[in-house]
Amino acid sequence: MSDMDEMDDGSGIIKKFMFLNRKAPHGTVYALEGLEVVLITAAFDQDVSLVFTDDGVFQLMKGIDTKGIEVKDFSKTYRALEGYDIEKLYVDQASMDARGLTEDDLIVDVTVLSVDEMANLMAEQDVVISF
Amino acid sequence: MQFGILVNEGPYTHQASDTAYLFARTAIEKGHKVPRVFFYHDGVNNSTRLATPPQDDRNVSARWSKLAADHGVDLVVCVAAAQRRGISDDILAPGYRISGLGQLVEMGIQYDRLVTFGD
Repeated sequence: MSDMDEMDDGSGIIKKFMFLNRKAPHGTVYALEGLEVVLITAAFDQDVSLVFTDDGVFQLMKGIDTKGIEVKDFSKTYRALEGYDIEKLYVDQASMDARGLTEDDLIVDVTVLSVDEMANLMAEQDVVISF
Repeated sequence: MQFGILVNEGPYTHQASDTAYLFARTAIEKGHKVPRVFFYHDGVNNSTRLATPPQDDRNVSARWSKLAADHGVDLVVCVAAAQRRGISDDILAPGYRISGLGQLVEMGIQYDRLVTFGD
């Protein structure tokens, strides 16, 4: 991915980008292709936040094994995000509760937010992209 | 105001591309600018010139092309998503071009609003 390290739109502007991951990791392509946009945005030195909500919280679950469905397992990428200076990872408390998940079930360190806290965080963003 | 538009679904199955088109056309009619539309996920399937929908229905691909020709809208198709789905330069309708995801990120950085159409 070294070819992405030098990207610059020339403006020097840094905006707050939030990526809202709402879908399960498999079943549709949104999570996989969404992650590509996240990495490129970080390569543009933007201020990136990732939010996992609804079935999106399943993207971070430990023990994902895709052998049986014969698709690429990209869950390791979430652990590599730190290397791209992507350190703001948030999960929605209600989505976790509804699915019986706790932070111990996830492969990366996250900040768990209430609906109100999430709304405040969203309001601070310049760009919100939803996958 | 400058609007960037992200289309995440293919034509006909989803309304996303239609709604994005109507939004873009209306924004331009009202004096706003839509410098670029970015096609991602199955949205890349909007760009093919091979589609031949029935005469009594809209031609999703062609009306994007017309908007591009009339108003200089840059129709950008994500290369990685396109390669997955068999979309290549030789089957693009007029006005579309294939490029990288950086073109999407640039819209977010440079324009006043980035509006997503999709599931």
